Amino acid sequence: MRWIWIDKFTEFESGKRAVSIKNVTLAEEHLHDHFPGFPMMPECLMIEAMAQTAGIMVGEAGDFKEKVILAKVRKCVFHDYVVPGDTLKLEAEMESLAPEAASTHGTITRDGEKIAEISLMFSHIDQNLGGKEFPEENFVFTDTFDSLVRGVKISGK
Amino acid sequence: MAMSRDEIFSEVQEVLVDALGVDDDEVTDNATLMGDLGAESIDFLDIVFRLEKAFDIKIPREELFPAESLMNEADFVENGKLTEKGLTALKDAMPHTDLSGFESDPDINKLGDLFTVSSVVNFIDMKLNGA
Repeated sequence: MRWIWIDKFTEFESGKRAVSIKNVTLAEEHLHDHFPGFPMMPECLMIEAMAQTAGIMVGEAGDFKEKVILAKVRKCVFHDYVVPGDTLKLEAEMESLAPEAASTHGTITRDGEKIAEISLMFSHIDQNLGGKEFPEENFVFTDTFDSLVRGVKISGK
Repeated sequence: MAMSRDEIFSEVQEVLVDALGVDDDEVTDNATLMGDLGAESIDFLDIVFRLEKAFDIKIPREELFPAESLMNEADFVENGKLTEKGLTALKDAMPHTDLSGFESDPDINKLGDLFTVSSVVNFIDMKLNGA
């Protein structure tokens, strides 16, 4: 994970469920271009926020030993625009967890209003892709996101 | 209550429509998952997960789609074809699939064509009804 796109976890139930918060701000430069005069959060970045929330949940379920990669967007429906000043609540649930992969279901809400439903699939790449080799070190879960996960552990949820 | 083959078919159809984004009428008995329905490797896992949910069963991945693990066995493949030994192993691993056409020319590139909608339905049928 090379960058962080969610602000904190508010709930975390190992292997089952994770809830995170993403605050959208006009300080995000891409919003100046997307679109000039009408800043709105790109939907693909809502998928990214869900992928990080759900991906960390999947990674934690395996003690961050596996390299967890987003493999497929199974379903994705958007119900409303998201604009600067909005606080998004991302709730991810584990649907299936196997040695090679995991599937998750998630919803994004803003003040209780449903904004999006996003179902994803993650691959544990060392267990897949027949014979291809990947670097030893876990390049997915690096120091970059340590603080985010530490936050979860400190909150003890 | 045991499910009939038609009932299983329509559940499988729904799973494939959702997993692969295809239309109902594309999911016919003889349609191949890769060639006709455009499934890629990660889709097979998605299909397995969805089938487990739809039928409330556990499916070890190599049970439904065993070809990948067979191809990594050195004894089983020679000059791009399955050996006698490999073919026997494949038959053992895939009793839910009709291999009669494949046996005459066991080209490993054609392994993908063995995964048809009906082989998935047969597999579920065997799991549920022990046929």
